[in-house]
Amino acid sequence: MNRVFVNGLGAVSPAGWGLPALRAALDAGEPLPLRHIERPGWDRPFPARLVPDPSPRPAFLAHARFRRSSPLTQYVAAAALEAISGVSPLPPRLGLIVCLQSGCVQYSCRFYTEVLDSPATASPLLFPETVFAAPASHLAALLGGDPLVTTLVGDPAVFLQGLALAADWLLEGRVDLALVVGAEEANWLRADAIWHFDHACVASAGAGCVCLGLEPPASGGVELSALTDAQTYLSSRSRGRAARLMRSQLPAGSVRELLCDGLQGCRRLDAPELAAWQGWPGPRLSPKRVLGEGLMAASGWLCVAACDALARADFTAATLSLVGCNQQAIGARFVRAS
Amino acid sequence: MLFPRPVQNGPPPRVVVTGAGIVTAYGSGWRVNADGFRAGRTAFRPVTLFDVSRQRSKMAAEADLPDTLPPTRLPARQASRLDRASRMLLLAAHEAWGRAGWEPTENLPLVLGTTSGGMVLGEEYFKRAVGSPRSHRGQPTRALHYQPQTQGRIIAEALGFSGPIIIIANACASGGNALGLAWEMIRAGRAGRVLAGGYDALTLLVFAGFDALQSISPGGCRPFDAHRDGLSIGEGAAMLALETLDSANCRGAEILGELTGYGSAMDCHHLTQPHPEGDASLAAMRRACEVAQVYPADIDYVNAHGTGTPLNDSSEAAAINRWAGSHAARLPVSSTKAGIGHLLGGAGAVEAVVCLMVLREQWLPPETTVETPDPICRFPLVRQPTDAHCNMVLSNSIGFGGANATLLFRRHP
Repeated sequence: MNRVFVNGLGAVSPAGWGLPALRAALDAGEPLPLRHIERPGWDRPFPARLVPDPSPRPAFLAHARFRRSSPLTQYVAAAALEAISGVSPLPPRLGLIVCLQSGCVQYSCRFYTEVLDSPATASPLLFPETVFAAPASHLAALLGGDPLVTTLVGDPAVFLQGLALAADWLLEGRVDLALVVGAEEANWLRADAIWHFDHACVASAGAGCVCLGLEPPASGGVELSALTDAQTYLSSRSRGRAARLMRSQLPAGSVRELLCDGLQGCRRLDAPELAAWQGWPGPRLSPKRVLGEGLMAASGWLCVAACDALARADFTAATLSLVGCNQQAIGARFVRAS
Repeated sequence: MLFPRPVQNGPPPRVVVTGAGIVTAYGSGWRVNADGFRAGRTAFRPVTLFDVSRQRSKMAAEADLPDTLPPTRLPARQASRLDRASRMLLLAAHEAWGRAGWEPTENLPLVLGTTSGGMVLGEEYFKRAVGSPRSHRGQPTRALHYQPQTQGRIIAEALGFSGPIIIIANACASGGNALGLAWEMIRAGRAGRVLAGGYDALTLLVFAGFDALQSISPGGCRPFDAHRDGLSIGEGAAMLALETLDSANCRGAEILGELTGYGSAMDCHHLTQPHPEGDASLAAMRRACEVAQVYPADIDYVNAHGTGTPLNDSSEAAAINRWAGSHAARLPVSSTKAGIGHLLGGAGAVEAVVCLMVLREQWLPPETTVETPDPICRFPLVRQPTDAHCNMVLSNSIGFGGANATLLFRRHP
C-alpha cells in the first residue's frame, strides 16, 4: 500500500478567501488588479497583489490564540480549515506541515523597528509571533488533538518536500490525515527584496493548503502519483539544469495532461522553467501570471489549482512544476483516483 | 524520487553517528568543548557583537570564531565573506565530515535546524533598505544569504556533496527535530547517510526579543535552581554524520554512538509557555523510549532542555518526574545551557553532541551555577564534575510554539 489521495483543498489569495475565489480568478485568466505598498523613504511604491479583507470575518479569529496573530497565521488557518471542511469527523491524529520562505515579515519589521528606536519598550507581544513556528503552533491549538507538527523553511519548492513528508507520515501510520500549507504575507520589505531580483515581479500573499489522506474522497478523487527528487542548485547544477532534471523524472505528458507551472511574466526568472518545459504537449496553467509572486503561498496555489483542475475538468493527469528561486526544483504529478 | 517512497524489506536499519562537529562559546571542536562541558565552565561575557547599551540584559555566550576557516572547496573569496552563522555551521560540518571520513558524494541529504538562519544579514538588509532605499549595492546578496537554504548550499559546496536540503524551523526544538528527521530518513530507506544538525548565531533581533519578554536572567542562567530567573542566550552550531550501522561497519568507521530513538510531540497549551505538567515533553520522551524499546530505568543521564526560565524548568521537571517514576531518584539530570546559554535552533544538536561526549568519555556535565535545586526536581541534578558509567542517555528539546523533541543515544562498544 503506497497510495495517497487528496482529501481537501484550501486557499487564501489576492482573489479572496477561499478556493472558489481562486478558481474564478484563474478561470478568468486575467491578472488581478494591482495595489500598492508604500515604501519608507521613497516616494515610489511597490506594485502588489494583496489579500482583501475577509468578509464575513472568519469565526476562527475569535479563538484566543488568534487575538494578536499575524496575517500570515490567519492565512494558514483559513486555508487549512477550508481544506478539512469536507472531512467529518476530523480524525484525532492530524499531521500539520507549514512551509514558509519569508515568514512573518510584517511583525518582524515592526518589532525590529521598535528595537532600533527604543529597545526598552519593544513589544513583547510581537516577538513570539515573528517566529517561523508561530503559524503552525496556532493552527495546532485551533484544531486540537495530538497533532504531529513541523515547519519547513526554504525556497518555494519546499512545498513539495512538505507533501513528501506528509505522505511518509501517512504511510507510516503516524497520522490519519495530513495538511500541508504554503503561506506568505506581504509588506514593503518583501516587495523590496523581490524588486532587487526582477523589477517586473509583483509581490503577493496568501496561502494554499492540500489535505492528504490514505483514502480517496467520495467524489472528484485525486491521487498523488509522483514527486521527483529535490534537484538542488549548486555551482555545478544551475537552476535551468535542475529544472530539466526535474522534468526528466516525470512522464512526457499528453494532450490531456495539464501542466501547472510557475511562470509569471518575468523574463529572467521564468527562463529556466520555460526552457525545461518546452514542447509540453498539453494545456498549461500559470497561476502566478494572475496572482503574482507569492513565494511559498504561490506553491500552495499551484498545487491547489492543479488538483482542483484535475478534479473538475477532463484531464487525465496534472503535472506541477516548482522551480524554486534559490534552492531547488521539484516536480509532482497527480492523477484521477481510480 | 520523493514519492512513491522506497520499498523497504525487513526491519529499519540501526543508525549510528560517525562524525560530530561543534562550535559554542567554549570554542570550536570536540576537545575544547568536552573539556568545557566536563568542568561545567560558564562562558558568559558582555555582548560585543551588537549594541546592548539600551537593553535590560547585556550578557551572552558569544563564540570566538577562528580568523580563517578550514580549507574546503569554497573559493577563498567566498569563504572570507561568509556571515557568522554560515561560518559556525561550516566549522561544525567540516569537523563532523572529517571525523566521519566521508568523501564527496551525490544524493547525501542535509537536514538543518535553525530559528533565524543568517538573520545578521537580514538585519543589515533592513537597515540599508530604510537608510538608503534607492541603493541596490549588496542588497541582493544580503537577501539571498540570510536565508538558511543558502547556508545549506554553502555547506554542500564546501564539502563537495549534493542532495536535498531540508530546513526545519520549529523554534528551539529545531536542532533536535532535524536530527530526528535525519534518523527517520535513514530508517525509512530514503538515505544511507545524512548530514544533520542545527545552528544559530547571536543577533540583535532575537536577543532583543527575549529581552523584551524579560526572559533573560539578569544574573546568569541557573536551570532547575529554586531561584532561577531566566535564560541566557548563546550561539553555536553542531553537525552529526549519521549513517546505517552496516555502512559504518563496512567502512571500519569509528562509531561515536547510536541514535536509537526519537520522539516528538506538540504542546498546544500556549505560544510561549509550556503545559505546567509537561504533557508534550512527557509524550516525546515516551515515544522515543517506545521506538527504542527501552524503559526509563535503562537511561543513565538526561540532558534536559533546562533553559533556566521558571516555567520551562518546572514543566520539564514535572515531565521527567512523571516519565521516570521511581527511577527519577537515581537519574542524573543537567542542563548544559548553564555553561553556554540557550543556542535556540542550535541547542538540540549541540546537546546531542554533549550526549555523545558523555557516552564516549564517561562523565556527566555539571551545571555549576545551581545553588538551591528546585524541590520540584525528584531527580539528582549534576552539580559537580562527575565520572560515570553511561550506556544510554536522553536529550530533550522544547521550542516556542510547543515543538518538543527527544533523542536517545546509546554507547557503542
